[in-house]
Amino acid sequence: MKITLFVPCFVDMCYPNVGVSIVEILERLGHEIEVPEEIACCGQPAFNSGYWEEAKKVAIPVLQRLKNAEVIVIASGSCGAMLKVFYPELFAKTEYELDAIALAEKTYEFSDFLVTKLGNPDLGARFPAKVTFHDGCHGLRELGKKKEPRELLSQVRDLELLEMGEAETCCGFGGTFSAKFPMISTAMGEVKCASAIETGADFIISNDSSCLMHIQGLLNRQGEPIKTLHIAEVLNSRR
Amino acid sequence: MNLNVLQFKSDSERLTHNLDHRERIQSALKKYYVARDDKKARFQDWQAARQAAAETKWEAVNHLDKYLVEFADKIEARGAKVHWASTAEQAREIILGIVKEKNARRIIKSKVMTGEEIHLNAALEAAGYDVVESDLGEYIVQLRHEAPYHFVFPAMHLSRGEISDLFEKELGSAKTDSPEELTMIARRVMRDQYLAADIGISGANFAVAETGMISITENEGNARLTCALPKVHIALMGIEKVLPKFEDLALFLPMLGTAGAGQAVTCYNSMYAGPRQPGETDGPEEMHIVLLDNKRTHLLADIEQRDALHCIRCGACLNVCPIYKNVGGHTYGTTYQGPIGSVITPHLRGIQEWKHLSSASTLCGACTEACPVKINLHHHLLHNRRNAIAQKPVWWEQTLFHLSSILFNHPALWRLAAWGGRIGQLFHPLIQGTILDPARAWTKTRDLPPVADQTFKEYWRSRQK
Repeated sequence: MKITLFVPCFVDMCYPNVGVSIVEILERLGHEIEVPEEIACCGQPAFNSGYWEEAKKVAIPVLQRLKNAEVIVIASGSCGAMLKVFYPELFAKTEYELDAIALAEKTYEFSDFLVTKLGNPDLGARFPAKVTFHDGCHGLRELGKKKEPRELLSQVRDLELLEMGEAETCCGFGGTFSAKFPMISTAMGEVKCASAIETGADFIISNDSSCLMHIQGLLNRQGEPIKTLHIAEVLNSRR
Repeated sequence: MNLNVLQFKSDSERLTHNLDHRERIQSALKKYYVARDDKKARFQDWQAARQAAAETKWEAVNHLDKYLVEFADKIEARGAKVHWASTAEQAREIILGIVKEKNARRIIKSKVMTGEEIHLNAALEAAGYDVVESDLGEYIVQLRHEAPYHFVFPAMHLSRGEISDLFEKELGSAKTDSPEELTMIARRVMRDQYLAADIGISGANFAVAETGMISITENEGNARLTCALPKVHIALMGIEKVLPKFEDLALFLPMLGTAGAGQAVTCYNSMYAGPRQPGETDGPEEMHIVLLDNKRTHLLADIEQRDALHCIRCGACLNVCPIYKNVGGHTYGTTYQGPIGSVITPHLRGIQEWKHLSSASTLCGACTEACPVKINLHHHLLHNRRNAIAQKPVWWEQTLFHLSSILFNHPALWRLAAWGGRIGQLFHPLIQGTILDPARAWTKTRDLPPVADQTFKEYWRSRQK
């Protein structure tokens, strides 16, 4: 299959290994990958802040560039929700409406793609550690994916998944919310971190690097040893 | 920045630092989750029940004109008087008019959020009347001169010790740690109040058009005494409370109990269909219903958000909201707190003054998932943001998003940004946390992720060569 990989702005800039892991996994499964150079962002920050016209300026080139893609894999639950759920709303009753719907239908969040489209193939991953999983809210509630990432982790050798009490509670990132209301964001993050640490896990895993950016930022400041990893990095692990 | 935002920001900052407060609310809610899940499991199909409830409310809200008139005609036929109040002021005038006409002195109230909405107690007290809240939680916050903290659990933020101290100070009772004793102290006070009151004021959880009845659900029995003992009963309710048929209650009563407090049904469920009828032994001599609009019709006119009128005020969205759980109910500064309050307050009280509540959300969607009548709460927060910006954009935010759209659309600029980021982070430690730090809101409590030595796109380009 020819897969168009959408690597969101902050993943490109700060978490390239997430993208590299996805490329390596999908190529190992025999797929051809293309990465559109001209796409950087999905437009979610502007959209969520109420600036829908500015969001369109970012989203229209995305729609045009991805129009002919066979299938699109996106390395983030949140940006995935932007493409799958919010583009059709953003472009409702415009000339782009049909393109937005078509794009939504062929777009998959990475872990969803592996399970739904590829049938959870054995990736030969080994990750000897105790881990806990954080459900990013957009992946969980906009895309409705709860079991998919867990199914993937269940295939990883020597990995022990410990569910945390607050797995489904928002970590408090929320995009621009984290800067507009930093103290509320931090308080929510503290609840999340405490819940993850309580499991005794060594790693917090998620399919959303944006949540992990916030969680890891807090953990570093608190001097907590627990680390965060994107699910693609775990699935690509051989250690 | 308007005063409401400043108040919200400073209160939320203060309360998020108060770990005792956070712990108290979160541990209280943990018990609620267990009870709620247990009662939800008794529904054959909770999702189907939500769908049925949403459809019933859709029917009622989209035909409010028909069902309200049907309700009013039926209950008036049994001797109740129905008043229509467009504004909060009109509602206060109607109620004050009745109180004056009856030469009343003392008024007892059971829990009524529309009363909070129109500031009824303040209006009655300013006119020289004594008003006592009979719901225990409402009575406690009344003694503290506070607004309800939560529209289902008004005194949720207080510990037993604080309530005991309050009663000792205000009522002269002995200190106690027992919830039963605290309840008994309030009950003894209340008993005299019921007997002395000339007027009882209540709300209504539902109004049934088909039979012309109001339905009141409660756990303490105080509403029954408030409605039945005084000679005059006034019920104040929002116009959206109407349900088409009596049998609709078979769904809505258990749903309200389950979502609201984790109960199979609320302890007392009473129906009132007019004043005392010939041959009846109890009930008021007069019954008045005040139907309150107070800009609900503005919400009705908004097709996109009309479903916010489905709300049955169960508080389920507050109980799961991670923002509410950290900042608490008073921080919102609204009658209706939490996600539903953040959705409807801009409609009821002005979008520019209250838009910050819609921004103070991560859009996590826990509220929408919890809502028993399927209001699309978190998407409505997004719609409020869009509507507020469309009406009045913030120039610097708009400029920033415009500039970022140029950055995202030009790969060369994006590459330059990565390069700039790497240089910038070398110097960032020098200014981190100071007024010069553009990322201060983030870096005050969190580390920033470093810009990678090689971005993904750089990796990809190097591979293509």
